[in-house]
Amino acid sequence: MNAKLAKYMFKRLGMALLTIFLVIVITFFTMHAIPANPFSSSTGRAISEDILKAMEAKYGFDQPVHIQFVRYLGGVLRFDFGPSISVTGSTVYDLIKGGISYSARIGFSGAAIAIILGIFLGVIAALNRGRWIDKTVQVITTALVSMPSFVMATLLLLVFGKYLRWFNTIGSQAGGLVLPTVALSLYPMAYITRLERSSMLDVLGQDYIRTARAKGLPEYKVVFKHALKNALSPVITYAGPMMAYLLTGSMVVESIFLVPGLGQRFIKSMSSFDYMMTMGVTIFLAIIIVLLNFLCDILNKVMDPRIDLG
Amino acid sequence: MEGKKEKFKNPLSLQIDPDLFAPATDEEKAMQGVDKESVSFMRDALRRLAANRLAMVCLCVIVLVSLIAFIVPSFYPYTYEKTDVQGALMPPFQYSPKEQAKIDKGQTVFPHIMGTDELGRDYAIRVIYGTRISLLVGIIAAVIVVIIGIIYGSISGFFGGRVDMIMMRIVDIIYSLPDVLIVILLSVAIKDIVRSSNSIMVMRLGAGMISIFLVFGLLYWVGMARQVRGQILSIKEQEYVLASRSIGASPARIIRKHMIPNCVSVIIIVAALQIPNAIFTESFLSFLGLGVSMPMPSLGSLASDARTSMQSRPYLLVFPALSIFLIVLSFNLLGSGLRDAFDPKLRA
Repeated sequence: MNAKLAKYMFKRLGMALLTIFLVIVITFFTMHAIPANPFSSSTGRAISEDILKAMEAKYGFDQPVHIQFVRYLGGVLRFDFGPSISVTGSTVYDLIKGGISYSARIGFSGAAIAIILGIFLGVIAALNRGRWIDKTVQVITTALVSMPSFVMATLLLLVFGKYLRWFNTIGSQAGGLVLPTVALSLYPMAYITRLERSSMLDVLGQDYIRTARAKGLPEYKVVFKHALKNALSPVITYAGPMMAYLLTGSMVVESIFLVPGLGQRFIKSMSSFDYMMTMGVTIFLAIIIVLLNFLCDILNKVMDPRIDLG
Repeated sequence: MEGKKEKFKNPLSLQIDPDLFAPATDEEKAMQGVDKESVSFMRDALRRLAANRLAMVCLCVIVLVSLIAFIVPSFYPYTYEKTDVQGALMPPFQYSPKEQAKIDKGQTVFPHIMGTDELGRDYAIRVIYGTRISLLVGIIAAVIVVIIGIIYGSISGFFGGRVDMIMMRIVDIIYSLPDVLIVILLSVAIKDIVRSSNSIMVMRLGAGMISIFLVFGLLYWVGMARQVRGQILSIKEQEYVLASRSIGASPARIIRKHMIPNCVSVIIIVAALQIPNAIFTESFLSFLGLGVSMPMPSLGSLASDARTSMQSRPYLLVFPALSIFLIVLSFNLLGSGLRDAFDPKLRA
């Protein structure tokens, strides 16, 4: 690791922290701009004036906004996102902890499927450019990137869960996470396939590939050692946005397959006016997304030294 | 001509032959002519686009769908909000008791092509309205992105130096914000503000729509701004810009007359790919219940509502799903067709 890379990492980390801070600011002040506070009667709950005052004092809502913000910021640093309002007795942190195991399982296996299958299909398509395999892959991936995740998820639920009955459709039961994972991974898989295909075609047309072939290297070595290594860069760049897609997409998929994960809890918090939860989950997910983006950037830089450090 | 030249005995003679300076005949002038008509970049690109059959089919689909979505509701016999409890959840081409009575009396009743929903509303017109919402969101979002992106990107690229550095830092920060999360957050907040406001305009648009436009205005233009800036930076070094500046053209005029016309290809490509993105976001929000306000249908909310009766009436899901798939697919393919047509790097 040279000094230039270290400097770049330092700069990127500063940027990431600034972004996280900005997300917290935006989230906090957006939620505070909402006219109704969580306890007011507009949420459909009749509460007497005294109790309302007491509740506000308990949660610190009677303080000026900037003091509330500093207090909240301090809490976030200790992973304390405050108490949940709709689920009495548990904190937002508890709820996140309860949901994250499902969401993480779906997210990571979805990412693994998308990356492995996507690269594989992309390479196959590029090596068979113009032949039927390539055309089939192109048609299927074009269709897949034009389908919203909820359409994909409901189709899978209908076909494999209800008609064929291959898998359990309730997410919390055994084998119930297979369909949500597949539903979530199809879009990024198709996207990666297209990326990898075009970047592979680009690399295969370069001079050093011709040199490698000319000096008599076996084809598999040319493809896997020379070409693939250099064709991976766009995929790594996409990995950050992909994780963001998986995290937010899992909200839809989880509510379709009834997975008690983070996404479903997040949606519930929005309909039950649990602003502490909405705020907490938004900030939590944003921190994960920003940190993953940071890691992908560094990984890309380490793997491909040609990238300008800027 | 050949014969005249042979008069010279000495090829090195400096004696000038006056015949060489005779005016050219019409025939000779014609030989000088360009054998291919000159084509402007725009015409050339459009010609290439027209030769791309897939892209043209997609363009036709988009035009057709837009025509249906914007014209059909004005003479369609049903509205998206009229309920009829007796005729709830009918399969396609079935009539409610009231309508059946009318038919028996000899009147003609327009069939429910896609059946009705759980409140007896005609499903076909709801899908058409949902499609209209999707198209509107896509196009307005693209317009917002184009306007802000062009202004920001061209200012940043044109002035360069410190201005550019600061402006691009801002872009970098906005670029790294998780956009979908912020859309959700804003629509949660705006939904509440909408509920407590009395403005009819705001009520009809709904929280999701407003927050999508807001977020596109706040966040999504950065991609466009980056592309435009990159393009401007390279155009800035061209001689014709120097020439223009040397005769005293103002920066605004140089941006308007030289730079933006040369950025058109980048702008078209980025804008075309922005449309499906916006449509996806809107349907995602509507599916979560954060989109358009209640009686107004959206493809996302229709699909979401259809889930409850998915097993017995899968067509309630299939129609909106198919519609959104068709629109996004067409825009995606048209977008890649535009990229092929407008990308000068691919020019043979």
